[in-house]
This record gives sequence, C-alpha cells and structure tokens, in this order.
Amino acid sequence: MSELGTVTFGLLLIAAAVGGAAVLTWFERRLLGIWQDRYGPDRLGPLGIGQVVADMLKLLTKDDWVPPFSDRFVFVFAPTAIVVAMLLGFAVVPFAPQLYVLDINIGLLFFLGMTSLAVYSVLLGGLASNNKYALLGGLRSAAQMVSYEVFMGLSLMGVVMLTGSFSLRAIVEAQRDLWYCVPQVLGLFTFLIAGIAESHRLPFDLPEAEHELTAGFHTEYGGMKFAMFMLGEYLGLILISCMITTLFFGGWLGPWLPPLLWFCLKTFALICFFVLLRGAIPRPRYDQLMTLGWKYMLPLTLLNLVLTGALALLLEGQRHV
Amino acid sequence: MLETLFYGAALIALTATAAALTRANAAHALIYLIVSLLAVAVLFFLLGAPFAAALEIVIYAGAIMVLFVFVIMMLNVGESGRAQEREWLRARHWIVPGILAAALLLELLLALRHNPVATSAMEVDPKRVGLALFGPYVLAVEIASLLLLAALVGAYHLGRHFIVRREDQR
Repeated sequence: MSELGTVTFGLLLIAAAVGGAAVLTWFERRLLGIWQDRYGPDRLGPLGIGQVVADMLKLLTKDDWVPPFSDRFVFVFAPTAIVVAMLLGFAVVPFAPQLYVLDINIGLLFFLGMTSLAVYSVLLGGLASNNKYALLGGLRSAAQMVSYEVFMGLSLMGVVMLTGSFSLRAIVEAQRDLWYCVPQVLGLFTFLIAGIAESHRLPFDLPEAEHELTAGFHTEYGGMKFAMFMLGEYLGLILISCMITTLFFGGWLGPWLPPLLWFCLKTFALICFFVLLRGAIPRPRYDQLMTLGWKYMLPLTLLNLVLTGALALLLEGQRHV
Repeated sequence: MLETLFYGAALIALTATAAALTRANAAHALIYLIVSLLAVAVLFFLLGAPFAAALEIVIYAGAIMVLFVFVIMMLNVGESGRAQEREWLRARHWIVPGILAAALLLELLLALRHNPVATSAMEVDPKRVGLALFGPYVLAVEIASLLLLAALVGAYHLGRHFIVRREDQR
C-alpha cells in the first residue's frame, strides 16, 4: 500500500474500532439479555440500537468533575493511556493480505507491549483518585495483570516457534494447511484466559468488583473520563478477539468469502463467545484467581512450550532426512 | 528524517529523565521515568534493533515499572513523604553527584572522540539476538539465570513465614 493509503486506512481503522466499541456496549447488553431470557435495552430505534446514542449523549453532557483531593495531572492522564495503548495495538493486526497499518518483524511483541502499557491506566487511575476503594482496585489490577502477563506472552511462544517469526502476517500465512487452534490448543486455552484477565472483564473483573469495591479503580470517575475507561475496555475486548483470530484461527484465511469478511466473522464469533463467558461464569475469589494463574496456567504454558519445542525439532529433523 | 526522529526521541528521553530525578512526587517521577524508557525504546528501534525496543517496552516499561508503581501504592506516601523528598533535593546535595556525573560525561565524550561509533543501517532481527545470546554470550545467560534462581529462592524464603502463619490460624 502507498503511504497515503496506509494513513487513510489507519484513520478508518481508528474510526471503525471506536465505533465498534460503542456499538458493542449495546450489543453486549442485548445479547446477555437474550441468553438470560429477558429483553435488554430494546426501546430506542430498531432493536434498540439508538441506546448507543442515548448513552453517549448522557455521558457527554455530564459534569466533567475532577475531585479536589485527587492528583489532578495523573487523574486526567490515566483514562487516555488505555485508549491510546489499545488503539496502537490495532496497528499490527493484519485484516487481509494487503490490509494492515504496520508489518514489522516484532508485531507480536508490539501487541504484548501495548497491552502491558494499558495496565498503567487502571493503576494510575486508582492511585490518583486518592480513595481507598480505588486504591484497592488499582492494587488488585496490578497484581492480576502482572501475573497473567507472564504466561500471556509465554502461551504465544508456541505459535512463534511453529512459524519461526514474530510477524503477524507470516503467522497467518503459516496457517494455510492447518489453523494453529489444533496443534496449539493448550496455547489457545491459556491465551484466552490471559486475554480476559488482561482486559479485566467478567469473570476476571476483580479490579472493579462492584459488590466489594463499589466500582474499584474508577470509583471517582464520571462523565467522559469514565467513558474513556469503558471505551478502552471494549477496545481491549475487540483487540484480543482480533489477535486470537490472527494467531489461532487462521486470520483472513477461508474459502469462498473475501478475506476481510472472514476476518470480521471470526472476530465477531469470538466477541460473542466472550460475552457468553461473562454471562455464564461467576467471579472467582481473589486468591483463587492468583492460584489459577500461578499454579495451573503457568505450568500449563510451560508444558505447551516444551511439547511444541519437541514437535518443532521433530519436524525440522524430518525435513533434513 | 530519521535523524530528526532520533534527536527528537533523545531530547524527550533526556528531559523526562531530568524530570524523573527532580520531581518530589514519587508517582509523577515514575511517570516521567516510564516516558523516558519509551523514548529509549524508540531510539533502539531507529538504530535498527527492533527486538531490543520491544523488550524495553514489554519488560522495563510494562512489567518492572508496574511493580514500582505497585510499591508506591502500597506505601501510600502522603504530603510528609513529598516534604522529605524536597529536603533531599536541595542544591547542596547535588554538588558531589554532579561532579561525578560530569566526569563520566567527559570520559564518554573523549571515548567517542577517539573511536566514533558508526551507526549501522543493518537491522538486527530477533533470530540473530537469540543466536548471539545462546552462542557467544551463553555464559552471561547462564549467570543471569543463576542470579534469578537465587532471587526466587530468597523471595520464597522471605514469604514462607506468611504462608506458615496463615495455616496456623486455620
């Protein structure tokens, strides 16, 4: 693509991602409603999609308040960090063979870096609020995200090993014969769980568990600043779904339909799956969350790493014979 | 173009580091330090070491600094901590460190004058980093792993008391 084409595509991508995240707020409530045998928001417009506009108007017209006891500079900075980091993460996603913003040899590491930078948003938001609930929420999220980041990166190394590259386009191309969800089923499982924990959604939303921490790290936030946190969370959900599609379900690959449509369909199915998880699984206790991460998930990823290494060596050996 | 980007990132790194040193508020100082690390990552990228740049973001900015912020949140330093910090940042405390740092800078400049470093346009891809780490530098990797193992055992030893005490209460 030409320079101008890339810039145009990047801007379109930002618009699509933010728009998608906004629609997702309504879609999620509707879908949960259907699965839980109730209606959900269905009053405004066809199927209730006008709810998105109503919510946005409400958030925009709310008083943009900064608590006098807070650390003003950090308080305002925190919600923007997550949105910027998540949007940057989209830059390395290959949507179709020629449709991407950036194809670098470290694409996968870039994505991991951006998700780890998104932690600061929650952390600094909790710290700057100068509120005990917010502080506890921030502390929890720091511990949760650092723990789950450890095996999030490790769970993807199997994919990298089989492909021999960190470039996401190369990873998709390497799945022509077999999607990685088959040989890397352990990696998929662990990455899925780490992905939910990283975007701190239910059932892993302990940083903002409302029955024990009022609203956790964003207790003091309202109006547009709160909306930024929510936007970041939904962007994170879309980004994780895009990454799982790219890494484990063959990205744009598929018969008959155009590549971009295949990519969108797979991502959409994964988003629906995440919403279903939210409706189906209760929130664990905090120590259960930590135990799951360190005692089960980490050994599982290490096992996957060893098995994949053996497999890769075996394949390499056969090729030479 | 590349040079402009390089000097821009270098300027950001220097300013952010200076700010990180002089802020009395620990949280603000840490944010400046994170910005400085990100700027250094950009420098690595521009110098043709994308792998090092990615690790700088994932490990330093993304993990180690998070733990620093975590500690600051645990300690919850208020106005008294900031006052103490301001006390330590007085001008006369800067004299000796300033002289030492100036001497180091002078040495660095002299060294650079005698053998100027050629900026290579060659890109170092992740595979070559791995081959170098487990080829000529394998001893350094092993020593680092020993050090980390020792730290792990030490952390377990310190934390064990808490585990035992909790089981007593049950």
